[in-house]
Amino acid sequence: MRFFTTLFTAFRALRRNKMRSLLTALGIIIGVAAVIAMVGIGNGAKKQVEDQVASMGDNVIMVFSGSSSRGGMHGGSGSAGTLTIDDANAIAREVPTVEAVTPEVEGSTRISYGNQNWSTRLNGVSADYFKVRSWTFSQGTPFEERDVSAVAKVALIGRTVSTQLFGTDEEALGKTVRIKHVPFTIIGVLGPKGASFFGRDQDDTIVVPYTSAMKRLLGIKTIPRITLSVERGKPLAPVQQQITELLLQRHNIANERDADFSVRTQEEMARMATATSSIMTTLLGFVASISLIVGGIGIMNIMLVSVTERTREIGIRLAIGARGSDILLQFLIEAITLSLLGGMIGVALAFGVAELVREFTEMPVLITAGPVMYSFGFSAAVGILFGFYPARKAASVDPIEALRYE
Amino acid sequence: MSSIIHLDQLEKVYRSAEEPVYAVRGVTLDIQKGEFVAIMGTSGSGKSTLMNILGCLDRPTGGSYQLDGVEVSSLSRNQLSDLRNRKIGFIFQNFNLLSRTTALENVELPMLYRRSAMSRREQRDKAMKMLDLVGIGKRAYHTPNQLSGGQQQRVAIARALINDPVLLLADESTGNLDTRTSIEILGIFQRLNDAGITIVMVTHENDVAQYARRIIVMRDGRIRSDTPVTQRLNAEEELKNLPAVDAA
Repeated sequence: MRFFTTLFTAFRALRRNKMRSLLTALGIIIGVAAVIAMVGIGNGAKKQVEDQVASMGDNVIMVFSGSSSRGGMHGGSGSAGTLTIDDANAIAREVPTVEAVTPEVEGSTRISYGNQNWSTRLNGVSADYFKVRSWTFSQGTPFEERDVSAVAKVALIGRTVSTQLFGTDEEALGKTVRIKHVPFTIIGVLGPKGASFFGRDQDDTIVVPYTSAMKRLLGIKTIPRITLSVERGKPLAPVQQQITELLLQRHNIANERDADFSVRTQEEMARMATATSSIMTTLLGFVASISLIVGGIGIMNIMLVSVTERTREIGIRLAIGARGSDILLQFLIEAITLSLLGGMIGVALAFGVAELVREFTEMPVLITAGPVMYSFGFSAAVGILFGFYPARKAASVDPIEALRYE
Repeated sequence: MSSIIHLDQLEKVYRSAEEPVYAVRGVTLDIQKGEFVAIMGTSGSGKSTLMNILGCLDRPTGGSYQLDGVEVSSLSRNQLSDLRNRKIGFIFQNFNLLSRTTALENVELPMLYRRSAMSRREQRDKAMKMLDLVGIGKRAYHTPNQLSGGQQQRVAIARALINDPVLLLADESTGNLDTRTSIEILGIFQRLNDAGITIVMVTHENDVAQYARRIIVMRDGRIRSDTPVTQRLNAEEELKNLPAVDAA
């Protein structure tokens, strides 16, 4: 009963100074909105990456050539060239539940058609590649296993390449392009995929049989990467382990720590990719939290002014029998109400900002319960923390002095 | 007759200054239930300090003060608050009503700090009755800035009476009012006193003190004289004798 009376009194005091209350709460409003919006944008970016990973297939495992760390040297995955075609074949042959395997060789190249040319990424792969990577086809068909064994001069191009050289996918089909002066016939155009989670345009590519790439174009004997997919619904961890053991054995390496290759699931790759954006999100949230503290100081400032202004009121209340704790509670509730009110408006503002960002930019914004609750709780804590000092000051006023105060 | 106020060698020394200031030095006094006492004295005589102690706003530094049988000098801040709430009604010179708060709510205020269960409805009814008692029931929903000084003081009296105190303390309560209104307020005091309420009134005006039953004069922190009022003024009669104010 007394608590509600005090609550009512506090509300009324705030309502009396609407403009001042709003301005005081502004710091908290902006702080809360900033935290939620920032974390929302960060989470949106993370979600986008995760979605892309899911679209690439969560059943994909990649084997990279080269040790990630040997004697303190970082050569970068794939730089050492320790994987061979035989390794890829062995994996396909000996590891159960592996669905499709493709070696992957890569290189930058310039392709020309008539008087046009275009720099793009060359991908040398097996016929299984299209299955592993779940490619669709805009035009034509993929090459087959016999094209690989025949070292055939056939190629598939991505949407970006077909647009640059031919204008349309239909136009590209059946045309002959030159890669390093070697003529290749375009037998198909890949369906568009967009950017990868590392920000690379996946459609800016030309895909040829790995045999053709290694012998005719790149002149290499080892492969930097093997990509494979596991049957749907089967666990990836045992497959990852079996591949590791198989390759250790084939490479005559006793200790896994000395491995000259690394086996990564798509999930692990995604985790690496999202690690950066997670750090960014945390950082943004932290910076925004500081603005919440600044907002709290604003509340303390105004509450101190308010206590001084209302010294006489405090004196009257004390004279007619209010205890110090009653006065403390009254001012504390005012401060908390201010910060909570600011918190609520801030949450609403954050949703509005998120809607605007979605409307006017490509950035996805994902608002989850976590940051909403965090910033709301934080604003309440700020209210208590920064409201306490002015409230205590009010409660310790000497009634005789206060009644004399003009 | 029971003692409402019992002071025994009451002292108040302020030691904050370099030289200690003896505001009240050894006051012994008894005020019985139903008395109407005026405390007089020049400024610096100690009457305000005495008033603050009587009102439990301040604690004596020596001697003893019993209010309605309770020893006040050793109580804590919170206990003093409760005592003010339950046993004392204050009436100030400048009214001290909460601004932008209706008369009714001002009167209700002491009940909000009272530690007892009383429904909102009961509180409202009681506050309304008090306002009627001081003749201002019609203005219950006016705020102080919509009321004249006399009306504000009536609201303050209603607020002082709301928790049925044993003692009404009036501190220069007619100091800001014109003669006619002052006498009206004093008339209310006399009526309340006739109904059995104990009143202690601080004033420096001899005219005002003549409405009480007993006058205590203070000087230099001591009681100089303590005499009953021989030719007591009656507010009702005084009002009749006042020259008619030009109502036009």
